[in-house]
Amino acid sequence: MTIDWGNFTPWTALAGGVLIGAAASLFILLNGRIAGISGLLASLLDRGAEGRGEKLIFLLGVLLAPLLWMLFGALPVMEFQSGWIGLVVAGLLVGIGTRYGSGCTSGHGVCGISRLSPRSIVATLMFMAAGFVTVFVLRHLLGG
Amino acid sequence: MRKLASFIAGLLFGLGLLLSGMANPAKVIGFLDLAGAWDPSLVLVMAGAIGTALVPFTWARKRDRSLLDAPMQLPSKRELDGRLIGGSLLFGVGWGIAGICPGPAVAVLLSGHWQVVLFVIAMLGGMLLFSALERRRVC
Repeated sequence: MTIDWGNFTPWTALAGGVLIGAAASLFILLNGRIAGISGLLASLLDRGAEGRGEKLIFLLGVLLAPLLWMLFGALPVMEFQSGWIGLVVAGLLVGIGTRYGSGCTSGHGVCGISRLSPRSIVATLMFMAAGFVTVFVLRHLLGG
Repeated sequence: MRKLASFIAGLLFGLGLLLSGMANPAKVIGFLDLAGAWDPSLVLVMAGAIGTALVPFTWARKRDRSLLDAPMQLPSKRELDGRLIGGSLLFGVGWGIAGICPGPAVAVLLSGHWQVVLFVIAMLGGMLLFSALERRRVC
């Protein structure tokens, strides 16, 4: 393993993380809800979901964040690694997987670990491990 | 009041994702690529987020109602079952293919990249597929 010092951005990563943690803290302390994006998205698809209005408003906030960001500067650069087939397959897997697993990086990784939930710690280890293996296979075994 | 709180929390969450660098799929893959040139930034995002949220969540666990008097809705499931593990593994494979997870996907949906729009449509399709499969299981 070599560290990619050129792309390592410790300060913005840490500051971004603090903001994410502060937002999740506000949502649980004020609204009593977990800021797990996959769960909130599922309530978008379920008309009868409990507290649907509040959940959709949180998502609206996330959705509009880039507009607020653009008042101060250009949006961060985005480079995509996969073509349309990869994006469709990845999207389907993320959609199905996060529903079966009851959460994603935000719900399990941030909120779940912060409340020391064993289920979330296991889920986070699983999706990280699967992510490491997938990138290894795609980049180093198949990609060459 | 709760709706305003939701909106502000969502905005902050989105700004945090953008600032953290995790909105860029190449950066996420750089973290997942242990065998290549490894970018540890995501470790610091998680450390920053968990370090900030640990005390508020510990406090939240001791309460029945939120500060705005909403019921505290913390998950009560405890068991480590196949659905949790299998689902998380599937999610991880999808995350590794595209470098996109649900949060950043929403935060950059309006950035004008067709790739994110396609990913989000497929992700919502996957969620609908799950609901359809669940309904058949119950019937």
